[in-house]
Amino acid sequence: MKRETTINLLLAAVLLALPLVAAGMGEPFYVTLATRVVVLALAAVGLNLALGLGGLLSFGHAAFFGLGGYAAGILATHAFNAEPLFAGIPGTTSMPLIWLVAVLVAGLVALPIGAISLRTTGVYFIMITLAFAQMIYYFAISWPAYGGEDGLSIYVRNAFPGINTAQPLPYFLVCFAVLMAALLLFRLIEGSRFGSALQAARQNGVRLAAVGIPPFKIRLVAFMLSAMITGLAGALYADLNRFVGPSMLSWHMSGELMVLIILGGKGRLFGPVAGAMIFVSLEYVLGGITERWQFFLGLILLGIVLFARGGFLGLVSGKPRHV
Amino acid sequence: MFTALLIEQLLNGLQLGVMLFLMAAGLTLIFGVMGLINLAHGSLYMIGAFACATVAAATGSFWLGLIASLAAAAGVGALIEVAVIRRLYDRDHLDQVLATFALILILSEGARWLFGSFPLYLDIPKLLQGAVPLPGGGQYQLYRLAIIAVGILVAVGLYLLISKTRLGMRIRAGESDREMIGALGVDISTLYTVVFALGAALAGLAGALVGALQSVQVGMGEPVLILAFVVIVIGGIGSIKGALVGAVIVGVVDTMGRFLLPSLLALTMPAAQATTIGAALASMLIYVVMALILAFRPSGLFAAQS
Repeated sequence: MKRETTINLLLAAVLLALPLVAAGMGEPFYVTLATRVVVLALAAVGLNLALGLGGLLSFGHAAFFGLGGYAAGILATHAFNAEPLFAGIPGTTSMPLIWLVAVLVAGLVALPIGAISLRTTGVYFIMITLAFAQMIYYFAISWPAYGGEDGLSIYVRNAFPGINTAQPLPYFLVCFAVLMAALLLFRLIEGSRFGSALQAARQNGVRLAAVGIPPFKIRLVAFMLSAMITGLAGALYADLNRFVGPSMLSWHMSGELMVLIILGGKGRLFGPVAGAMIFVSLEYVLGGITERWQFFLGLILLGIVLFARGGFLGLVSGKPRHV
Repeated sequence: MFTALLIEQLLNGLQLGVMLFLMAAGLTLIFGVMGLINLAHGSLYMIGAFACATVAAATGSFWLGLIASLAAAAGVGALIEVAVIRRLYDRDHLDQVLATFALILILSEGARWLFGSFPLYLDIPKLLQGAVPLPGGGQYQLYRLAIIAVGILVAVGLYLLISKTRLGMRIRAGESDREMIGALGVDISTLYTVVFALGAALAGLAGALVGALQSVQVGMGEPVLILAFVVIVIGGIGSIKGALVGAVIVGVVDTMGRFLLPSLLALTMPAAQATTIGAALASMLIYVVMALILAFRPSGLFAAQS
């Protein structure tokens, strides 16, 4: 077995085992912390598809994360208040249905954003995706119907058929299963013809065009798929916190998702997972030591970017295959 | 009455634009010469405001505070250029984004550490208090007019600096071919530090000037930073002229949108609804303008040749 595969399996096992142990010891807090890792990892898996495989430095993925969250929050609120959403369509508290809506909304919004942003490259692309995310952020803040600046509370966590999601451990297992499914999808995409074309578009778009595959279309589809996965993560995140607010849409969130990928290893299957594990642990440990944890988190991040290129997986399992 | 209000809002838009120009000029200069995308530019703006508020409170003089803001922002700028930014020039944009994102965390939390979480306040200097009458009735704050004047002076100064002086010549040369001017014996790393410090000083100046209009607090730089990004994307990254035009467009469109959209919508729907929808649309307006401009000119209005 390749070294990276071993490490990936090890990471998955640790991530699964820790909450099981914590739940057994009656420490639900750590189960929730692990769920946070899983959901952030899922969001970053989405971004990793665009950023890692496609080389598209989207600085606006918080938009899709937040949209997924708002999809969950809005549907649940309407179901809770028994008000129809519009044209007589009721809200819902069924997770699979909410996920479907979150994924569709993220994908549909990603289509025009991608279609405009992907006309540009480099710094322009970074800043335009950022600007679109900010546009949605300011809209959420100034639109009072769904809480505006105060956000939206989900009073009862939404339901998954046959599972008691109100308990931390079953909800963790649901999220974990979704993460594993997303990782499988990522692996399948990476190995597919589409994935090859996407990586070729990153390495040299002109050559890809020369063999008759338009890079723009490939990138657009990748951008949408990536947004959909991140949107799904947003719905899970809203349910985890039983709250959705504009902070999910803020550019700090976009930055954090990028940080997760860099911490773990860009473009690698388990990069986002490793990154989320490190990031949440850092946040938790530093937050326990000092109120000024952001200061030290910044210093550590700076150190990693400057001196430890390739992230955690680059450090422990050597150079990636795809470079 | 309406004309006076309109003129007042136009001037407000211009003042916002000028302030954005001070930010965007530094950003675009740094990007144009060094190819660096600097998210921490908003932190330098914040540092300028804090330095000005602190020194003004200690000495009682706004003008000393203004000098302090320039010195502090340029000093911190030069420091982080030497310590961190210098290592990022040959990295890809992703690393630059992340490293400067980390710098924001450090500088914001550092400022909160030093100054506490409470906002500081800065008074408008005596000389510039008061208002000027506007044609059509109404008055306009003298201080805001002064900000517009400073912005115009800086724009002219930058133009002269870049087109007429030796330093400007080197900056232009650095934009077009950095290896070549290195080979011609110009100390490129000092030049970069100078350019970065210059951009930082402009951001600090903007922060200090705006500090007297609003409260000085941690995180004040971030909304401005993102607007400044919109400005340089509209104007064309690397172009000072583009930054000026983009800044005025963004400033005026944003202010006028907030002013006019609710009243325009009120013609077609109930007033309360028009206010909320108008406010929501107005906050998105500049991004829509940006998307439109980029849909037709993907590299901005005045794209620098590179």
